[in-house]
Amino acid sequence: MRGASVELIQVSKRYGAALAVDAIDLKVPEGSYCCLLGPSGCGKTTTLRMIAGHETASDGNILIGPREVGHLPPAARGTAMMFQSYALFPHLDCLDNVAFGPRMRGVDRATRRRRAMEMLSLVRMEGFAGRLPAQLSGGQQQRVALARALVTEPSVLLLDEPLSALDPFLRVQVRAELKRLQTELGITFIHVTHSQEEAMALSDLVVVMNGGRIEQAAPPREVFSRPETGFVARFIGGHNVIAMPGGSLAVRVDRMRLSPRLVDAAGEGGLPARVETVEYQGSFVQLRLAPLDTARATEVFAAVPDDVFAAQPFAVGDVVTARWAEGEAHPLRDGQLPADVPALEEIAP
Amino acid sequence: MDGGGAPVMVDAVRAAPRRSWGAYWQAAPFAIVFLLFFIVPLCLTVAVSFWHYDEYSLQPAFTLENYEEVFDGCIAKLPSLCVTFATYLSTLRFALMAWVCTLVLGFGIAYFLAFHVRTVPMQMALFLICTVPFWTSNIIRMVAWVPLLGRNGLVNQGLQAVGATSAPLDWLLYSEFSVVLAFVHLYTLFMMVPIFNSMARIDRSLIEAARDAGASGWQTLWSVVIPLCKPGIVIGSIFVLTIVMGDFVTVGIMGGQQIASIGKVIQVQMSYLQFPIAAANAVVLLGIVLLMIWALTRLVDIRREL
Repeated sequence: MRGASVELIQVSKRYGAALAVDAIDLKVPEGSYCCLLGPSGCGKTTTLRMIAGHETASDGNILIGPREVGHLPPAARGTAMMFQSYALFPHLDCLDNVAFGPRMRGVDRATRRRRAMEMLSLVRMEGFAGRLPAQLSGGQQQRVALARALVTEPSVLLLDEPLSALDPFLRVQVRAELKRLQTELGITFIHVTHSQEEAMALSDLVVVMNGGRIEQAAPPREVFSRPETGFVARFIGGHNVIAMPGGSLAVRVDRMRLSPRLVDAAGEGGLPARVETVEYQGSFVQLRLAPLDTARATEVFAAVPDDVFAAQPFAVGDVVTARWAEGEAHPLRDGQLPADVPALEEIAP
Repeated sequence: MDGGGAPVMVDAVRAAPRRSWGAYWQAAPFAIVFLLFFIVPLCLTVAVSFWHYDEYSLQPAFTLENYEEVFDGCIAKLPSLCVTFATYLSTLRFALMAWVCTLVLGFGIAYFLAFHVRTVPMQMALFLICTVPFWTSNIIRMVAWVPLLGRNGLVNQGLQAVGATSAPLDWLLYSEFSVVLAFVHLYTLFMMVPIFNSMARIDRSLIEAARDAGASGWQTLWSVVIPLCKPGIVIGSIFVLTIVMGDFVTVGIMGGQQIASIGKVIQVQMSYLQFPIAAANAVVLLGIVLLMIWALTRLVDIRREL
């Protein structure tokens, strides 16, 4: 198996009058782990399905490696898809499920069973070859689905929210497993998720989508430390979005410096605010602040290291000035205010 | 029923025997109907099949002479067929033809409804159209074929008008063709509904997964859709086969009273008041139909699917 790059050029998808994906451009380098991240309805799954060939793009070009694949059926694209509900065939045992692809391509029985067995051992499921999907746990079904997707030796593996049906403990385990496989096999993974944590943990390239557009496509550290838009700052979490005279800024919650407000502090930058809640979190203390000037932000958070807080504690009701170093403030491209984007609680499952 | 749930649950913990009596009471009305109108007549039929009869009387007895009469000379005459064997063969042939036609049609229509009709209101509307044959009585439905298929019927006139034939086609009515046609017209729905039910339960992502794995349309149909529809196919087949095996009205009317079927034989014997031999024939038919159902259920565990 060898990875292939995936390139989208001005790709759009329309359903009647509704625009699900709006002229996006994206280049995923070969052999990389890419996460499409965004709230539901942002077009990430549609994008994945267009790459897979289960949806036809209304406009634009899709390239896998050097080939334009827009007109090809899924099996001819060198991609394989792992479905959200795994979509294992309930009437076939694990071995036959994995051997399904080779069987459809006319591979002889002995060869396809041997290949299927190899794939099952790759995902450590060789002991369950004779079981029906209904006799497996969610995590086991997931591994079988992965084996089935890999048996056709794809150069690009497409995963549609592969971890969403698992419980949190298993999710972390399977996440590590996915990363291990991707590194071992060296093929390109494109993974759709609405969990920023998952995207951070896995990807080489995070593509944050909203409303059918790509808000930012960059390595995870860059997305987290330098969000380009208000949406990204809010969606990734850990950022305050503050309106300033020159446009909106994003400042990381853990880079906020608090000091008691001095009335004679005129001329210095900063955001005067009242402390609303104080929550001790172990290594840090989380403070929710209500800025006195609500036009700049309705609420901001500050994560203060516990020793710093102990040296200079604040109580609910105190008025403080929140400051940040010059380099910690990142101007946002769209100047979008927090009120325009859905709150994280609404996005999380 | 309302408010009954909680006490029953409590009883289940406290006094299991009372709960089981409650369940028996709930099952009782249907059990009584079933007993009175199905089990008792069936037992009577079996009992009467062992009675002795002559031209003037029926006498309670335990004799196998009716069964001997049913199969009279059947073994001796082989390889040429006795009347009973020939009749069963003809009935089986009709059952088979009706089964193949209803299966192909029923599967096709169910497939169209389940996979090609996108909206539920449209599915409902088309489903209602499929039930149109049941909006009128069986007899009227069959009589209605006469002006259509008769010697001077619409079909013959139409064919002659376009020059497809020079003389009226005789095999359109009162023939094997018309019998099978009537069966298909009547019973396709019985095949279609259970198959549709099975298809509606197929997760659409399975079809996509098959396509993703490189399966063509036919391969997907053969390797994914049909195996997952097996329970529906078996249930539909049981409906069609049992109805057609016992039918005598459709074969009588649409066959112009010229075609033998085992149901027809039983009906004629009853009209001559030869109840014991009619009963013996009925018991044999019942046995054969039960064997067919047993064989079908060997193929699929339908109890798991219901």
